[in-house]
Amino acid sequence: MTQNRSWIPYLLILPTVVFLGLLFIVPLVQTVWLAVSDNGVPSLANMQTMVSDINFGRSILNTFLLTLAVVPIQIAMALAMGTMVSKVNGGRETILWIWTIPLGISDLAAGMVWLSILQNTGYLNTLLFSMGLIERQTAWLTYQTPVALFIGIAIAEIWRGTAIVMIIIVAGLNQVPKEFKEAAEIFGASPWTRFTRITLPLIRPALQSALILRTVLAFEVFAVVYALGGRNFPVLVGEAYNWQNQNQNYGVAAAYAVLIMVISLAATLFYLKVVKVDPERLP
Amino acid sequence: MANIVIDNIRKSFGAFEALKGVSLTINDGEFVSLLGPSGCGKTTLLRIIAGLETATSGDISIGGRSVIGLPPKDRGLAMVFQNYAVFPHMTVYENVAFGLRMQKADDARVRKQVEKAAGLLHIEPYLERYPNKLSGGQRQRVAVARALAVEPAVLLMDEPLSNLDALLRLEMRTELKTVLQSAGTTTIYVTHDQTEAMGLSDRIAVVHDGRIEQVGTPVEIYNHPATRFVGGFIGNPPMNFITLPVRDGQVAIGQERFSVPASGGDIVLGLRGETVERAPAGQGLEMQVRVAEPMGSHLLLTGSILSQPARVILPATETVMNGETIGLTVDAKRVTWLSPENGVSYPAAA
Repeated sequence: MTQNRSWIPYLLILPTVVFLGLLFIVPLVQTVWLAVSDNGVPSLANMQTMVSDINFGRSILNTFLLTLAVVPIQIAMALAMGTMVSKVNGGRETILWIWTIPLGISDLAAGMVWLSILQNTGYLNTLLFSMGLIERQTAWLTYQTPVALFIGIAIAEIWRGTAIVMIIIVAGLNQVPKEFKEAAEIFGASPWTRFTRITLPLIRPALQSALILRTVLAFEVFAVVYALGGRNFPVLVGEAYNWQNQNQNYGVAAAYAVLIMVISLAATLFYLKVVKVDPERLP
Repeated sequence: MANIVIDNIRKSFGAFEALKGVSLTINDGEFVSLLGPSGCGKTTLLRIIAGLETATSGDISIGGRSVIGLPPKDRGLAMVFQNYAVFPHMTVYENVAFGLRMQKADDARVRKQVEKAAGLLHIEPYLERYPNKLSGGQRQRVAVARALAVEPAVLLMDEPLSNLDALLRLEMRTELKTVLQSAGTTTIYVTHDQTEAMGLSDRIAVVHDGRIEQVGTPVEIYNHPATRFVGGFIGNPPMNFITLPVRDGQVAIGQERFSVPASGGDIVLGLRGETVERAPAGQGLEMQVRVAEPMGSHLLLTGSILSQPARVILPATETVMNGETIGLTVDAKRVTWLSPENGVSYPAAA
């Protein structure tokens, strides 16, 4: 009976394949074509417009700086949080639940939350004023305060995006049998050595997934930046948005989209290479 | 090398008392098994000795020095875990070298010690491999080699053979005995397998319900169990317990009279199945045989004696039918008498 029905799995998979094919691959091909053509003929004009734009260099620099600042902090925080929560017996689920609340908030809403804190009439200024640290409203999010703006955006991104990293890391940590750590302890490894020599190598697969996911998302950062800094802090996706909606130039917007995809792919390949997971060395 | 003194160790997990005051002295170089059913507290005791768990009260000293409050690494011990805990991301060589590396030993000493331990456990061909590629038995050898490489004063083993299949277990048991004898390390071995404990140990501590029921050599424990639990737990088939009435300090078994350490009431006869001999019909202890199983090496009889369940072993040369009633001769020197009230045995007759 079962041999005669080998088409059933294919039938069941078909809808998802068609769905992804229509709504992902077709737009992808169209976007790439849009980026490298001009009025239906192959052309690098869009690329040239993109590269020569005043915001191009700044948006690349900002996106990379933000990624480099945010991702390592998020990974470090997720590791610390995951390690701490593994020592907790009671209330573990509640702590994890509270830690993952930011996951349930859209990134634009997250940006708004931090805007209400950091804007001129926001909670931060109110607090600083009541403590007598400032005498009048201080602006943090303007083009005149690039460092404060960068830090504000970075903090908002870290607040918003650490939970997903933590979930992956906690899942990885849960898979490391406690006997490995106990054996290391018996043989004289300090807590730090146990972490670096035993735990970290054993959660490599989780670490790799978290790094790839979080880095790709960091290159796609937009709504939080838009809410807090507007165009004072250009990033790649923000530029794509502006070319699409403000300038109505779909070709340049597509060029940005392709650039972001290429960077994300490169980052993924980089992690696959650097944080190599050798199945032979896993439990 | 070191002796271990365990003094009145207690351990509670919330309301549950896992260890109810355990005391035990282990001599330098001795091999002692903690034997008991699962959940009896034997692994908890081992983990407290290792320093992976803290005792609620009591003291432990190793080599004359109290180790309570010391981290595991300062106790001069090594441990072999039930699931081996061989690090999957390190080669066998680095696994065996791990303890030495943590001690910051120089490369020459690491190599010397690793080669020595690897030689003892016959794992030299696998030194450059990853544990993933090894069988359970080979991983267990790596775990033992890792423990021996640091030349510990005390070696703790937590059910090290229980994850191996029966044939391999037998082979590793023999090998462990050889290796540990030549190393001369004081060893505490946790197991629920009585044949492992009997075969390996200098002495066995039978643990039951958070207490040590009896400590003694395998032969002492087998022949003269201190309690009904020990007699029932050790030996296959377990010891038979037959309650008999006492009259004037004696019990009657068939035509024979046995002096017993009680004057009246009842007493429990602890009878090892293989210590009986077949008596002519109508004589000795009467047994109704329900099932007779010829095992090749012996004949196993299951049935009842005085309406109480019993199992005895006769030589393979005997023939007994299912349902037959036979007589059994009891050797007064090889029985244990126990109190019917608390299940504690009376001291063996001199």
